[in-house]
Amino acid sequence: MTAERIDLPRIDDFPTRRIGAYRVRQGRPFPHGATLVPGGVNFSVFSDGATAMTLVLYRRGDAEPLEELPFPPEYRIGSVFTMTVFGLDLESLEYGYRAEGPFDPARGDRFDPGAILADPHALLLSGRDVWGVPPDWSKPYQYRSMIAQEDFDWEDDVPLRTPSEDLVIYETHVRGFTRHPSSGVAAPGTYAGLREKIPYLRDLGVNCVELMPIFEFDEFDNGRVNPATGERLHNYWGYNTIGFFAPKAGYAATGAFGMQADEFKALVKDLHRAGIEVMLDVVFNHTAEGNEQGPTISFKGLDNATYYMLTPEGYYYNFSGTGNTVNCNHPVVRDFVLTCLRHWVSEYHVDGFRFDLAAILDRGPDGAPLPNPPLLEQLAYDPILRHTKLIAEAWDAGGLYQVGHFPNYGRWSEWNGKYRDVLRRFLKGDEGTTGELAARVAGSPDLYGGRGPAASVNFVTAHDGFTLNDLVSYNDKHNEANGEGNADGANDNNSWNHGAEGPTEDPEINALRTRQMKNALAILLVSQGIPMLLAGDEVGRTQLGNNNTYCQDNELSWFDWTLTDANAELLRFARRMIAFRHAHPVLREGRHPLGVDTTGVGLPDVSWHGVDAWRPDWSPGSRLLAVMRAGRDADGAMDQLYVVMNSHWEGHDVELPDPAGGVWRLFADTGASAPHDVHDPGAEPATAYPGRVYVAPRSVVILTRSDD
Amino acid sequence: MAFIATLSTGSGTATIRLAGELDAATAPEFHDAIDDAVATGAARLVIDASELTYIASAGLRALVFARQKVAEDVTISLVGVTEPVLKVIKMAGLDHGFDITGS
Repeated sequence: MTAERIDLPRIDDFPTRRIGAYRVRQGRPFPHGATLVPGGVNFSVFSDGATAMTLVLYRRGDAEPLEELPFPPEYRIGSVFTMTVFGLDLESLEYGYRAEGPFDPARGDRFDPGAILADPHALLLSGRDVWGVPPDWSKPYQYRSMIAQEDFDWEDDVPLRTPSEDLVIYETHVRGFTRHPSSGVAAPGTYAGLREKIPYLRDLGVNCVELMPIFEFDEFDNGRVNPATGERLHNYWGYNTIGFFAPKAGYAATGAFGMQADEFKALVKDLHRAGIEVMLDVVFNHTAEGNEQGPTISFKGLDNATYYMLTPEGYYYNFSGTGNTVNCNHPVVRDFVLTCLRHWVSEYHVDGFRFDLAAILDRGPDGAPLPNPPLLEQLAYDPILRHTKLIAEAWDAGGLYQVGHFPNYGRWSEWNGKYRDVLRRFLKGDEGTTGELAARVAGSPDLYGGRGPAASVNFVTAHDGFTLNDLVSYNDKHNEANGEGNADGANDNNSWNHGAEGPTEDPEINALRTRQMKNALAILLVSQGIPMLLAGDEVGRTQLGNNNTYCQDNELSWFDWTLTDANAELLRFARRMIAFRHAHPVLREGRHPLGVDTTGVGLPDVSWHGVDAWRPDWSPGSRLLAVMRAGRDADGAMDQLYVVMNSHWEGHDVELPDPAGGVWRLFADTGASAPHDVHDPGAEPATAYPGRVYVAPRSVVILTRSDD
Repeated sequence: MAFIATLSTGSGTATIRLAGELDAATAPEFHDAIDDAVATGAARLVIDASELTYIASAGLRALVFARQKVAEDVTISLVGVTEPVLKVIKMAGLDHGFDITGS
């Protein structure tokens, strides 16, 4: 028999007592946060050291609270305060907590009953609803927790589970991607704007977007000004989280309506429909509460000693370089991180995470790296996260550098900083790079042997540092606009300006720069591992030499869409290189090549060559390296590719290995001018001379074999 | 202003006329009207929002509720939506499965 109605009344549907104007009853400790229950909202918050806790309710935007509801002593289970409140207007309600307890920094306690604290598990936060609207700092309680409905029509959507080795990641910034007036979208700088640009991403061929932080942060937490213009600087990048469960409202066109969750979900759903995964850049290494001088927003006032790594004197350890360090391997904090990530996967259908300064996640409460960090292990084996991509930025600001040996449990990938460094050095013609370049192109088996090539996220550029165009246009960083006298940002960039610092009218320099950008894209996209592109590099986006635009909410950072026309040649090259990668499974094998015939095609899966076939030159002065990949295509037929990488200032007549009874065809030659620089995968012309190919100075040639 | 949801039917179409403020407090009334409309077995559901003076996020959610509630082969038209509301519906991605016309 089927029941007509299943919403039978429950005993706990009804309040048991009244506090002020509100009817309440003892709540449930799990889940933490504010959860909708029949007739009301269940509030649950953890604080080990609090002697008393009060739930503070506001009508949206009001300075003064509607009501303060102290938790009766019997509403505390363990160290969790919990209460169900009935009859709340969910849409207009803002809430927070007032926690009483000792102020004794030497013992780690910083309770401040004068502060209203945001719920660490708040599903939405108000206070910065529209990007860039200057806040009223006189208002108490700046960032206010809100209730979320958490209902959305996902239809049949789920995370895509694209095999990691097949990913082409595109790192971008929600606001920066469409904020520029040239973007042409209805709501520039928002989730909706990005959603409107999905066709561009599809045409480019990327199948994963990695979004710089979208957890709620305060773009006004930067006090600096641009010394040249007097313009106020923002926290544009947002690596300073306020609400770990809340999508940034200011990135939503509908943020003023409190509909940022829906808008972000609509973006995820449509990206998935286009076959594009969504990866979030998450910042668990520190919070926006800073050090002793920083604001009390949430954790600091709830349980400072639990959430932060503290020195024996009660000061903040600063392994993040931003003032505090989250105490990630504390059991309570581990739960917090795990719950948060599960939330983003189950509630928002996110496909993966990139962990900012992830080396901090394997430090213990005293800051010492742990041999078997429980948080990392837990994330690796969690049932909800089981197929979620986990990528570590495997270093921190405290000197821990773990590229190649981040505790991984067979699950974690890493930003391969060594890939970036050697590719940059090779491109500018440094000596002694071909040996390491070979290892990097083959998926860094020296670093990730046993873990597979997908452990390596390969990149030349990322949000941190120069854009690709700036990498080939500047010898030095130019960060004066950041207001720190050019002292911020990395000094070690392995960049080269090719004869003039910054933009130039010199056609030879410009041609060489374009060629070098193509070289970088070409090598990146034929390397084994997961390639990651920085948004805009495919059209030569410049930040005018600024390699740390964290505070620049302006044209320095925004994607200028006129470049898709101005640099159409580079965009065409990038598109075809990505298509080439998708067309050749041999570049995306799930295991490292072994240098022997692993697929029965009669050739080793990888072999190394030089100006002469089968004779690689590993000497320090060598600037030319060729690699042949052999295996099978998607139909099981033989596939054979040849890539010649020449960073020498002279061209070379290069001998080719035998194309196994077929002919070599030319897919790309960065030394040739467009449209002969790259061809459609599958429609490549035969090479001019059988057995040899001319490789121009500082260029890359890619050949593919066909039967005739 | 109070909220009123009026249901009328005729020639295979059920029309719900909304007037006043649609928010968390009044959304249940709208839900009831949708239930009633579904019960008529109409092939087309028209939601006329031209007399709505205010719609909050709970009101927008109630529209999605309509899509979930009626059978897939029933078409839902939303008419008389003001430009700002239409924009919010589209930006938040709540517009799938609806035929929407502005005011």
